[in-house]
Amino acid sequence: MNQSALKVEAVGKRFQLGATESYTTLRESLVRFGKAPWKATRTRRNNDNPTIWALEDISFDVDHGEVLGIIGHNGAGKSTLLKILSRITEPTRGSIEIRGRVGSLLEVGTGFHPELTGRENIFLNGAILGMKRVEIRRKFDEIVAFAEIERFLDTPVKRFSSGMYMRLAFAVAAHLDPEILLVDEVLAVGDLAFQNKCLRKMKDVSSTGRTVILVSHNMGAIHRLCPRCLLLDHGRLAMDGPTEDVVRAYIAHGIDEVGIVTQPPAPRKPIHLRRAYTATREDNHQRDFRFDEGLSIVVEFEVNREIADCAVWVGLRTVEQVWVLGSTDSDSDESRLGTRNPGYYRTQLDLPASWLNAGMYEVVVGINRQSPAKSFDRVEVGTFNILDVDTPSRLRTGQSRPGVLQPFLDWQQHQLAADEPALLEDPGEHHD
Amino acid sequence: MTAEERSNATELPVTHIRPTSGLVSLKLGELWEYRELLFFLTWRDIKVRYKQTALGAAWAILQPLLTMLVFTIFFGRLAKIPSDNVPYPLFAYTALLPWQLFAYSMSQAGNSMVASQQLIKKIYFPRLVIPISAVLGGLVDFCLAFVVLIGMMFYYQVVPTQGILLLPFFILLALATALAVGLWLSALSVKYRDVRYTLPFLTQFWLFITPIAYPSSLVPEKWRILYGLNPMAGVVEGFRWALLGKSGAFGPMILASAVAVTVLLIGGLAYFKSLERTFADVV
Repeated sequence: MNQSALKVEAVGKRFQLGATESYTTLRESLVRFGKAPWKATRTRRNNDNPTIWALEDISFDVDHGEVLGIIGHNGAGKSTLLKILSRITEPTRGSIEIRGRVGSLLEVGTGFHPELTGRENIFLNGAILGMKRVEIRRKFDEIVAFAEIERFLDTPVKRFSSGMYMRLAFAVAAHLDPEILLVDEVLAVGDLAFQNKCLRKMKDVSSTGRTVILVSHNMGAIHRLCPRCLLLDHGRLAMDGPTEDVVRAYIAHGIDEVGIVTQPPAPRKPIHLRRAYTATREDNHQRDFRFDEGLSIVVEFEVNREIADCAVWVGLRTVEQVWVLGSTDSDSDESRLGTRNPGYYRTQLDLPASWLNAGMYEVVVGINRQSPAKSFDRVEVGTFNILDVDTPSRLRTGQSRPGVLQPFLDWQQHQLAADEPALLEDPGEHHD
Repeated sequence: MTAEERSNATELPVTHIRPTSGLVSLKLGELWEYRELLFFLTWRDIKVRYKQTALGAAWAILQPLLTMLVFTIFFGRLAKIPSDNVPYPLFAYTALLPWQLFAYSMSQAGNSMVASQQLIKKIYFPRLVIPISAVLGGLVDFCLAFVVLIGMMFYYQVVPTQGILLLPFFILLALATALAVGLWLSALSVKYRDVRYTLPFLTQFWLFITPIAYPSSLVPEKWRILYGLNPMAGVVEGFRWALLGKSGAFGPMILASAVAVTVLLIGGLAYFKSLERTFADVV
């Protein structure tokens, strides 16, 4: 007997390319119809627009109470799959059987209205997410407490800070009580404390026997919440297994693409970023680095007109969206803040070897002017991996260790003699 | 899984998702399940409409009142358009009530799908909820303006006949017309953004072919059924008959209007439903 909460069989979804011109004007259609009325619609469907399979032949089962993660690079089809499961869009082929009520959380705060108060939005958003009025009333106090917005209940949410707004939105969603919960990337919001609160709440939800499907780039969250994970690659199911293995495969094989950005010349901008990538010290473009191997972030930019007070910067963050560092090219030579002459430049930021912990990192580069403040470029370069080989913890204990950095640090230590005063007294008391 | 859980699992509602093809059913049962969402969306529209407006709900009364004033001066006094022996202000205002309900609801419904695209792309619910809630939002203004009508009837000492019992039917007819046109326009607007520009023109054009400033009795008898194919003609004359008790023998005309609305509404529902599955991809 089939008792899966969710049974997905050979699901595929085809999209028409050229989505930007997907809505036409009536005139175009009329003209087309006027020219050849007998094939007005057919022509367009078959020839004009090439199609692409955003998802192809996806099959999997999810048991009741299971928490399933879905990972994959951008455009792999994760969100499309979630949209099909939540019935927002239809599959082109295949079938899905779902046992239980489905609640989907593809965006935090869907349907929030800025003019309405916090109280009003709780009811509105609850209804949009599929809660009954009595249900919302019952959970109202809990939602308000979770969001920590008691004092602002009767303020229009347009006056909320973005943090408050997100907290309220998540609070409503977190109190949704369906048998099956579909969640997309909503944990990437709010400050760290609130993110952890959300993760705990998700964990509670899953421990009460609910089925959860979670799409995320946040490998930390996936690790903590989901024992099992799917890996999507170009619309196909590349892997289905224990999260540990799937995440490792995702990272090791660098299924995430390229990690190099190039931009065409922009003669009208005074200064313009042309190329950025991660590389070995010898300037070979690469995305996977050994722990004990240094890596460089290379940025090429073009100065079209003399410009002063500009800096090229590099930002580094973990895939959990925690910033590791920000650095500018004027840090090591302040004269770079002076006038830059036209020309094509390459600059290279070297990150030390045996320093970043194993894991995946994201690189952002950009060019800013300090005053008047202006951002000329801000580009996501992509990700790179530090492989978990020869790190201190692996070498000593064979296990991985938490943290963003894992440098070899010096510990000074010696044995104390029996009569030495040690730390019995607080050194602060000796001040006067 | 324990035995208890297993028996629970079999009781859970089962949803099947597969590509639909051919004719789609209306799924009115599902619409009923989402009635609370319908209520909240309507409530939101009403609530938001008058936030940050200086005059607030007074707008609901001012619009028909001022239009009536202008009509009375130019059409009633200066152009001396007949008004079936009813004081012209009352004659015009009685017609403006359902007209404004219709015009407002139609344009709200027509724009509703594009206005709610964020929702459509992120949440599943029967899409019909959106135009229907937009149409219902017009009722509050209507009720407010209706209070003024009651006052005017006292002033002119006009007593309604039993025909007033049929008033809800005419209100329903006005809403159905707004929904029917709104369904067509909102479904079209997902694909063709022209609709936004069509609406003001359509409303104005429709105003002139509806007997608001003039009585239908100006239209020769043999053309009245044809004239009734404009559903709003039937609604307006129905209102006058129900409230002012003037029997202009518009029965066949009103019947023609009812038939026209039914056809328009069924067509609109079918068209809307046939496009529903692609809304989230296209909008």
